[in-house]
Amino acid sequence: MNSTELISLAVSSIFVNNILLANFLGMCSFLAVSKKVETAMGLGIAVTFVLAIVCPVNWVLYQYIFKAGALVWISEDLAHIDLSFLKFISFIAVIAAMIQIIEMFMDKYMPSLYAALGIFLPLIAVNCAILGAALFMVERDYSLIESGVFGIASGIGWWLAIIAMAAIRQKLVYSNVPVGLRGLGITFIITGLMAIGFMGFAGISL
Amino acid sequence: MKVLLDIFEKTRKDLFGPGKPLEKFEPGYDAAETFLFSPVHTTKKGPHVRDAVDTKRYMSMVIAALIPALIFGIYNAGYQAQLATSQSIDCASCFIEGLKLVVPLIILSYAVGGTWEAIFAVVRKHPINEGFLVTGLLFPLILPPTIPLWQAAIGISFGVVIGKEVFGGTGMNVLNPALVARAFCFFSYPGKMSGDNVWVHISDPAKMVDGFSGATPLAIAAAHTKTAATDPNVVEALTAKGFSFMAMFSGLIPGSIGETSTVAILLGALFLAIVGVASFRTMIACVFGAMVTGLIFYNFAPASAAGIYHLPPHLHLVMGGFAFGCVFMATDPVSSAATNTGKLIYGFGIGVLAVLIRTVNPAYPEGMMLAILFMNVFAPLIDFYVIQVHVADRRRKHE
Repeated sequence: MNSTELISLAVSSIFVNNILLANFLGMCSFLAVSKKVETAMGLGIAVTFVLAIVCPVNWVLYQYIFKAGALVWISEDLAHIDLSFLKFISFIAVIAAMIQIIEMFMDKYMPSLYAALGIFLPLIAVNCAILGAALFMVERDYSLIESGVFGIASGIGWWLAIIAMAAIRQKLVYSNVPVGLRGLGITFIITGLMAIGFMGFAGISL
Repeated sequence: MKVLLDIFEKTRKDLFGPGKPLEKFEPGYDAAETFLFSPVHTTKKGPHVRDAVDTKRYMSMVIAALIPALIFGIYNAGYQAQLATSQSIDCASCFIEGLKLVVPLIILSYAVGGTWEAIFAVVRKHPINEGFLVTGLLFPLILPPTIPLWQAAIGISFGVVIGKEVFGGTGMNVLNPALVARAFCFFSYPGKMSGDNVWVHISDPAKMVDGFSGATPLAIAAAHTKTAATDPNVVEALTAKGFSFMAMFSGLIPGSIGETSTVAILLGALFLAIVGVASFRTMIACVFGAMVTGLIFYNFAPASAAGIYHLPPHLHLVMGGFAFGCVFMATDPVSSAATNTGKLIYGFGIGVLAVLIRTVNPAYPEGMMLAILFMNVFAPLIDFYVIQVHVADRRRKHE
């Protein structure tokens, strides 16, 4: 795995396969916390941070515990054991534990951001983008370094999308949106239009 | 003029005034009146800008700037059609053939888009938006001349309703409505919006001249690969097909209706920059971005890469929709960045992305539309940070 391949993996997970606008994962917190750029920025950084840690940690767990025959490093007799049915629940447990640590850290050092993110910080634990990235990593057979790069890049892609959305919604305060579409309705429409904007990268193979 | 004004005054009072039979349709009346006369009413809420030019006059200037590209586009659509079927290519017959192709598209675009505009105006009780005059003309100019009318009608409906009206109308949208309309057609009907067979109207396939391909220069450059040492380089290959720099600059080449002639577009650009309607910052930054990216590819691409990598950067400016997008689409005051620094960043981003998508993305030979849409998405963010930096700067200076 040389550095050019890693760079192209990063670029493709930020732009080509943007986890939010190409795979439509992580929509709930994207729609809910994109009203102001500052909070969106905070959540974006938090998601990137969580993804950067969760992906490699889950990779190690998967490779050495859950994968079919992964337990041979303990004893040759365990080669027939396949624990991969446990991967969902253990991935979620790892994610939840990571969020807990970040929450305590933010509460102590960034109280204003902590207050602004409110309930959405614990909700990252069930953010499908994070579980999705962890599962993609398993599915696509990434190596440890690759899964780290993939985690960070997916996070950056999500982060870019949410701050762009937040800036658009701040501008939209001056728009005269039809009453029935205000709030979530128009946000869904903008998400679709943003995805059209990102279509320019679809099909690039690096 | 006085007579006309009196007629308008009387109609307003008798038919469209409060409590009169056609009160509901007042937006339609208002559109006709303000099109002909400058309205006397002033804005109710701040900020108040004292200027003789209102939005309608402002938009009319864009229409005026589009005229050279439009006339040339009509001529060229006819010229290409006549040439491909070896019919006479004298000026008059080209124009007539071109009018037959382009005028229905323009009428349709105005009629369908205008209907949506009027429905929203009546239901939501806002005046008919001036911006539609521009969108309705821009949209046909970025379509291939052979597009079926029903597809164009669905496209403009999507562009006007989803691209603009759901946000409240002109001045409130996020993406450029004409480009949203085109993107919708492009992704829904790729067979009629891209490829080699859509750019030239063939009236009678039996009469088609031998060796006619109808491919745009960009498609030829993208398909060109250097296989043998004797193989000509991409510029020679283009010139051999009749696409020398001057040919592409003057614009008698296949392409979307309004985009082919860089000369006609430059005339419009000059006019827009002088009257101050379109930002010259965006245009210059956009050209600069494209040149930088083009130069990087030109100098550092491996010899085995496709021909488009080896294209000298100045050719990117005259090929495809670059010039048209740069002058008329990127500078849209609503969807572009609003701050001066923001415009530089925004324009530069468009230039870079347009060449990048053209070059590295095999799925799309043309990247201008998607580059502009992408930067439209990020324009509010750019503005936000430009203002934040400015605020921080001022605070530092005055503390």
